[in-house]
Amino acid sequence: MKKVIENSIERKAFFKLIFLSAFSIFLPKSLTAKNSSPEESPVQDENYNAYDHKWGMCIDIDKCIGCGRCANACKEENDVPREPFFFRTWVERYKIFGKGEVVIDSPNGGVDGFHNEHSERNPERSFFVPKLCNHCENPPCTQVCPVGATFKSVDGVILVDKDYCIGCSYCIQACPYGARYLHPVTKTAEKCTFCYHRLVNDKSPACVEVCPTQARIFGEMEKKSSPLVRFRRMEKIGVLKPALNTEPKVLYAHLDMEVK
Amino acid sequence: MEEIIQHLTPLLKEVSGYIFPNEIELHWGLLVVIYPYLTGLVAGAFILASLVKIFDVKELYPTYRIALLTALAFLIVAPLPLLAHLGHPERSYEIFLTPNKYSAMAMFGFVYAWYLMAVLLLEIWFDYRKDLIIWSRSETGIKKWILRTISLFSSDISEKAVKFDKKAIRIITLIGIPSAFILHGYVGFIFGSIKANPWWSSVLMPIVFLFSAIVSGIALILIVYMFVLPIRKKEINMLTLDKLASYLFYVMIIDFSLECLDFIHRVYESEESIKILGELVSGKLFVSLIVVQLIIGMLIPLAAIGILKIVKVPNDLKKQIYFLSAILVQVGIFSTRWNVVVGGQLFSKSFMGLTTYKMTLFGMEGLLLSILLLVLPLGIMYVLFKFLPPWEESRSN
Repeated sequence: MKKVIENSIERKAFFKLIFLSAFSIFLPKSLTAKNSSPEESPVQDENYNAYDHKWGMCIDIDKCIGCGRCANACKEENDVPREPFFFRTWVERYKIFGKGEVVIDSPNGGVDGFHNEHSERNPERSFFVPKLCNHCENPPCTQVCPVGATFKSVDGVILVDKDYCIGCSYCIQACPYGARYLHPVTKTAEKCTFCYHRLVNDKSPACVEVCPTQARIFGEMEKKSSPLVRFRRMEKIGVLKPALNTEPKVLYAHLDMEVK
Repeated sequence: MEEIIQHLTPLLKEVSGYIFPNEIELHWGLLVVIYPYLTGLVAGAFILASLVKIFDVKELYPTYRIALLTALAFLIVAPLPLLAHLGHPERSYEIFLTPNKYSAMAMFGFVYAWYLMAVLLLEIWFDYRKDLIIWSRSETGIKKWILRTISLFSSDISEKAVKFDKKAIRIITLIGIPSAFILHGYVGFIFGSIKANPWWSSVLMPIVFLFSAIVSGIALILIVYMFVLPIRKKEINMLTLDKLASYLFYVMIIDFSLECLDFIHRVYESEESIKILGELVSGKLFVSLIVVQLIIGMLIPLAAIGILKIVKVPNDLKKQIYFLSAILVQVGIFSTRWNVVVGGQLFSKSFMGLTTYKMTLFGMEGLLLSILLLVLPLGIMYVLFKFLPPWEESRSN
């Protein structure tokens, strides 16, 4: 009799376990094995504490000469395919003529620089705009990722876990800035990481490092001693597509209204 | 890699104006067009079946089971195009295991599972249970066992049990209608919630998707009904057909009104994107949107069915017009999905240029696989109709 009772208790416990574990698939993912809350630290490194940083970039449009070294360095540094369909950063040239006519181009993303074609018309204004992931504070790309493979790190950088990405391209559709692409070999979403592998080793992103005119200013968004904070204090600053409320952490000085 | 480069290089020449360099590759192609088309048919067919039950529409009873089985056949295939389009289909289970609860797409797995398990399969099972038991008694061999297995070895066909079946069906139908609304409304939300894309980003998107789904579902059942009955050498019931066409007509009017509202709203608000969207509609989308979706897929069938409502014509002509209209509606709804999915990627998010979509014949994103995925549900329907005959005369009582 005693054995029967014990058995039935065991069985009860067993069914309870089965029942609970079956329901665990409905648990919010913060409670399940793969813990990827919206903000997390992607590295465990003694020398780098993600919680101490908030990264951002300012681009001084008046300083950019369109040499394209940034776009080239990015491709070198991050193994971005050399073909003209995949860019983590690129440079656009704007030529503004009278009566609201705007001509934009970015041959090979500006990697080879820009060449002056002979033209009979002179633009009223002309300038270059480097583009990259805006590392939005309110990123529409991470919001839509069905598995949480792309996320905002605690230091503000938007990253993609390529071992986890299922390659649905939803994030590419959701990015208003065209800053993402699907890597033709890995078939996962890729984008600018502010050269995260360099950041954790106390180095600036490659594009910032090679810019001959210091048009790209990289640094902390919140620390007073940061050159970025100083730059923001001194210059008039704009962001791309402010109406979308993405709150970019890539800021532009002397931004023209034609730039989208 | 080589393949993609070869595919993309000629597209560089097709670009007009300026597009971001990453935008040359169009990420959602034919497969993602098929996905909302298939789920739309599922939701539409199911909603038709539910209306029959809830409002007790006697004329449409012959289509009730056809609609349920059609919905099931298309639902089984619906996730396949999505799966085939993923860069890493082998990781797709992550959507179930670690879904991002802020992502509309992550809800897909749950909405789909709920709809398949809790709604469609249950309703079909309860509706067929008594018949399965009776059929299995007169069968022998494997078929007997298949029927018994489908009925989950239940054997109670007492009046009380059958009464319970009916009650269960009613409850499931009541849950099923909002579920079908969610199933397709949510597909619309996947697109409608993308604020980066002004062609998609519209609060009306889920509603437009839903009503176009009902339109396509009813048209499909009309086609199936008119196709299958002559094959079985049975007379088509004109009352049933008139009722189906009538439903189709009214839902099309709602769908058309919603689409007009969307159009007028966009033109009237005339936001930043209006210029590029105007170029898109009058250029690259002109044939698929204005000619196929609007004129061939909407106005002509609406006018045709509308005229039949006023003018008396011989039954044979009526049948032909109904059938042709339903086919045109299918073509129209397919191009609706095309215009949303592909159209939304033909203009740059810089609003300064347009690009082109080039379809391939072979490969995962190719035309052949897509055709296969569109034909597959018909094959499944054939098998389902064989094992679970949806005909009125097959009913045990």
